[in-house]
Amino acid sequence: MGEILLPLLILCPLVASMIISVSAGRVGTCAIGAIACVGVGLSAILGIILSVMLLSGPAAGVLPVVLWRWIHVAGFSADIALTLDRVSMVMVLVVTVVGLLIHVYAVGYMREDPGIARFFSCMTLFVAAMLVLVLASDLLCLFIGWEGVGLCSYLLIGFWYDDPANTAAARKAFYMTRMGDAALLCGLLLLATAAGSLHIGAVLAAVADGQVAPSGVNVAALFILVGALAKSAQVPFQTWLPDAMAGPTPTSALIHAATMVTAGVYLIARLHDLFAMAAPVMALTAVLGTLTLLMAACTAMVQSDLKRILAWSTISQLGYMFLALGCGVWQAALFHLMTHAFFKALLFLTAGAVIMRAGHEQDIFRLGGLRHAMPGLTAAFVVGASALAGLPLVTAGFYSKEMILSGVWHVHFGLTREWTLSGHPLWGMALLGAFLTALYIFRCVFIVFCGKPGTVATGRTSRLMGIPLGCLCFLSLCGGVIEMPDTLPPLHLFTALLDPKTPLSHADEPVWLVLAGALAPLAGLGVARVLWGRAAPVMREIPGQAAITRLARAGWGMDALYDLVFVQPFRLLTWLAHHDILDQAITGTGRMTRAISGRVFRARAGFLDKLAVWGTRARGWAGHLLGRLDNGRVRWYAAWIAGGLCAGLAMAVLS
Amino acid sequence: MPAFSFNDTLLLATIVFSVGLAGILVRRNMVFMLMALDIMLNATALVFVAAGARWHDATGQVMFVLVLALAAVETAVGLGIIMCLHAHGRPTLDADTGNLLGGQGRG
Repeated sequence: MGEILLPLLILCPLVASMIISVSAGRVGTCAIGAIACVGVGLSAILGIILSVMLLSGPAAGVLPVVLWRWIHVAGFSADIALTLDRVSMVMVLVVTVVGLLIHVYAVGYMREDPGIARFFSCMTLFVAAMLVLVLASDLLCLFIGWEGVGLCSYLLIGFWYDDPANTAAARKAFYMTRMGDAALLCGLLLLATAAGSLHIGAVLAAVADGQVAPSGVNVAALFILVGALAKSAQVPFQTWLPDAMAGPTPTSALIHAATMVTAGVYLIARLHDLFAMAAPVMALTAVLGTLTLLMAACTAMVQSDLKRILAWSTISQLGYMFLALGCGVWQAALFHLMTHAFFKALLFLTAGAVIMRAGHEQDIFRLGGLRHAMPGLTAAFVVGASALAGLPLVTAGFYSKEMILSGVWHVHFGLTREWTLSGHPLWGMALLGAFLTALYIFRCVFIVFCGKPGTVATGRTSRLMGIPLGCLCFLSLCGGVIEMPDTLPPLHLFTALLDPKTPLSHADEPVWLVLAGALAPLAGLGVARVLWGRAAPVMREIPGQAAITRLARAGWGMDALYDLVFVQPFRLLTWLAHHDILDQAITGTGRMTRAISGRVFRARAGFLDKLAVWGTRARGWAGHLLGRLDNGRVRWYAAWIAGGLCAGLAMAVLS
Repeated sequence: MPAFSFNDTLLLATIVFSVGLAGILVRRNMVFMLMALDIMLNATALVFVAAGARWHDATGQVMFVLVLALAAVETAVGLGIIMCLHAHGRPTLDADTGNLLGGQGRG
């Protein structure tokens, strides 16, 4: 039963994508939307059925399906194989359910667009690729999905390809993730040579048995980390994600919430046993995550484009997940991934609806006072913002962020035997990040929805767009109560779900730890209310905004770094390829060859002329002679035939 | 027990064939040339029959029937051509006068 349903889970969106792309232009708008939604919806239903089957089975049960053998050579083999375990089950549910809601919304959002068929075929393909990535039990198979989501993000970011800026953004996203892909492939090859297989279980077992040298584990983990950083837009690869706003808003929601950027987090969570053996890499992950979350939060503070604020907030929240992964609390990272998928999808879809109704205005300073014109969207956005900020108790974001913070507080990085690092400084920075998160998102809320009216809102939000927003609101508010800190009612459904044997518990957690985590967002909300919430805001823009904005637009100097590290060497290489010594030598040889061949040609032409003249003369004589024979008399012909026959027979007999 | 041995029959066939060939080469009358052609065909047919008798195989006689048919057709076509030439106002049966296909423009 499960063996049949599991491949179907991936096939449903894939087939929908194929149907839509093949039938482009012949099927109506509604039918295209319906096919896409049915494809993703079926896979969501299958996901739920399979989850129920998995949870009703034994505690450590998995559902492996080997589809076919892909590569089999001496010393290495790879299968196309899927596995549904509890980690991938959570991801499948997030991807399909959030993906379905986004698809339903997109039907309403993209109704007017002429390229709707192309859009939906890419979207469903995106979901299918992400499902391959999530369900693959072989790292090579996972890599297929990894590349698939990269490709689909490229297609969707550059969806409105008329504008060169959009295609440039798409190319940027593709190149940046491609660098990470190259690193990931290096890591996979290292693991493959060491373990002889890329099956995740086999790799982890080989690492645990000590078949792989510790330095090898560190290097492989580092390569995989670089791949994950590029995919999840962490420092130093963060610049592609804000530019990816060039695509349609549902695409942004899909990239940020369900697919693509969560792939890096998922990969490391999947390989957490491998990373646990590589302490320096773990510390690096945590530090980079902290760095990213602070930097992205500061950047989001000075942005004036609504969608860009949300993009930077995604980077910041992904920083939290990487911090959690670096501290070894991968359950917390997955939990935050799930709640983040809910509220970030909600925020993006609401922002898309707001922008659509406000006449495609994205500048938050030109929007304003939209509270009265669109109360429903305002409520949805406030819910999303609260969940993003992590307002205590009522939102999902609070519980997941709290779980990360408590995990970071307890961690110790054992870099060497004597030298360990405490996680307390990182905890402090993460808390500061939580404060900043509340500050920037409520700055956005107060400027856009309060204050004096800026633009005139038109139209209504269609029901197709409203229903997904309602569902996501519910999930953003109540999706977090399945896991609570011990200080509150000790409810650990999520960690028990992921790993029933060793539930994550911090019984010795001080009360003020939770309190600090709860107060930081409230403080941020209060400061934002003071600064921007009044009728006449205390300040409109952050002091020194222009300078920071300029810096942020250049990706905090990262673009210059990429230019130095990647682009300039490539230019040098192309210049060398143009003017190198070998090329000169080859050109000289070519010139010489041409001269020689000219001589030869002339000599040969003279010889051939002579030959032709002789040939013609000989043919003339022969023709004269043969013409004599051809006298038109039948009897002579018969005589010649008989003579020839006799001559032939004589030769045959006598020889 | 055949009346002639195989070699004798071959000799006879060769003689008959040579007679036919000589007839073609020396006669200028087209009707006689056709008759000479038939003689040559009969010579080959005789070889088939003899070979069939020599190896006790009916195929030789089958081939004889085929050769007869061929000879009949060939005679019919040849006579048809002669009649056609006659209808176009050609008063003679001399084969050597029909040499317009001769090379180098000699009539």
